Amino acid sequence: MKKIEAIIKPHVLDKVRTVLNQAGVEGMTIYEVRGYGRQKGRSELYRGAEYTVDYLPKLKLETVVPDELEDKVIEVIAEAADSGKIGDGKIFTYEVGKAMRIRTRETGSAAI
Amino acid sequence: MEFNVEMKYVLDTMWLLVTGMLVMWMAAGFAMLESGLTQAKNTVTILTKNITVYAFACIMYWVIGYNLMYGEGNAVFGLGLGMSGITNSDHSVLSDFFFQVVFVATAASIVSGAVAERMKYWSFVVFTLVLTALIYPIQGHWTWGGTALGGLLSGFTDFAGSTIVHSVGGWAALAGVLLLGARKGKYPEGGGVRPIPGSNLPLATLGTFVLWLGWFGFNGGSQLALGSKGDVDAVALVIVNTNMAASAGAVAAVIMTQLLYRRIDLSMVLNGALSGLVAITAGPNYSSVGVAGLIGAIGGVLVVFAVPMFDKLKIDDPVGALSVHLMNGIWGTLAVGIFNPEVSFFTLLVGVVVIGVFVFATSFVTWFVIKKAMGLRVSEQEELEGLDRHEFGMEAYPEFRPGFEVG
Repeated sequence: MKKIEAIIKPHVLDKVRTVLNQAGVEGMTIYEVRGYGRQKGRSELYRGAEYTVDYLPKLKLETVVPDELEDKVIEVIAEAADSGKIGDGKIFTYEVGKAMRIRTRETGSAAI
Repeated sequence: MEFNVEMKYVLDTMWLLVTGMLVMWMAAGFAMLESGLTQAKNTVTILTKNITVYAFACIMYWVIGYNLMYGEGNAVFGLGLGMSGITNSDHSVLSDFFFQVVFVATAASIVSGAVAERMKYWSFVVFTLVLTALIYPIQGHWTWGGTALGGLLSGFTDFAGSTIVHSVGGWAALAGVLLLGARKGKYPEGGGVRPIPGSNLPLATLGTFVLWLGWFGFNGGSQLALGSKGDVDAVALVIVNTNMAASAGAVAAVIMTQLLYRRIDLSMVLNGALSGLVAITAGPNYSSVGVAGLIGAIGGVLVVFAVPMFDKLKIDDPVGALSVHLMNGIWGTLAVGIFNPEVSFFTLLVGVVVIGVFVFATSFVTWFVIKKAMGLRVSEQEELEGLDRHEFGMEAYPEFRPGFEVG
């Protein structure tokens, strides 16, 4: 099983969720985060003083999928989250050790 | 009962000033209601609109609006600038101005909710300047200004402004929304409606309560006098009726949403109370308390149907301003014709239509000119990322603010 972690712009969430459902992904967790990469922040003014807004609002999307879906999922997320502009985000994958569905105690692939 | 003439002047003036302050307080109500029902990323924008709309309205109405509305002139508009030439022997002219100016600000702020989340700030301000300096005062001249538009509107009555304030705001808002278009993603390609939930229901509720309280001034002050038994009895009835209509509107919305959706919808209950308030505004002084409740309840029912109706027509109104103020402004005005045997329904209908056409047409032209000159709508990227960052460079709810920011 693989955990796919995607940092995306908040307004593409609905689109990403739709394509993930279509690809057979049935669950995910969303975090509201802030961060930056090469998209630097911006300079703003507050009550006459200048400051840098480094941390831009993003969403972190996490989902655990069977190994065979890993490449497809990366591809569909990238496709849906791509706006052509800087700050679209990144995708990482991780190996998952054990998994369990709490209600039924199913483990392994059956749990996802 | 005998009464000292000077005492009457004092009480009348004081009443206008105090109720005027309550109506000013409604500006806070609008700000909380609108920011509560819109997304967090647009909060700074809507708050800035609310406070500056109030401020611009006060200035423009003083510069020219009050004279257009109450000055000596012709049947269409009055003349003069800066309150010149206007006198009053019943109460202080300044108290009269103060009471009137806060009503103008109310009408103008109705527009800000309907066009929220996708209109450029400055485009909205330019429209507000025209609405508060020209459009509102001119139609007000024909009614409260006393000219009856040369007889066309004689017999038209609107106690505190269901038509003159609320539907005026509503028509101006409708014209703007039609030229502005809906928020992106609100009406998806395949059909249907995508809800865009408000970010802060406690604020929206607080806003509604603040407006409810302010409305006691809005309607109570419209008696324009306190210095006699007759006046103060009238004011008492007005305030009780206002409260009853709001309560009935809220309860009607509770019942209707429970029946229609099997769930009570808080945002509809809030709109329901406000609908009751708008509906009773045309005539809280003549009806029995029971009838006031009925009028308010019908207002609450209307709003529950109006909101999805506007969505079906793809007219996007984030806070229900059109459903509350336009629809119930019309209903409230006509209700007087139904329940008050001394007023002709037809006369009221004529007034609703004449004022509606005037305000809608002049607003539409104004919005159109602004659209051509500077655009109405923010760019798609701005709309998606939130107006606050692009229009103001400031967030309402900044988090993760590190102490070591580069200054």
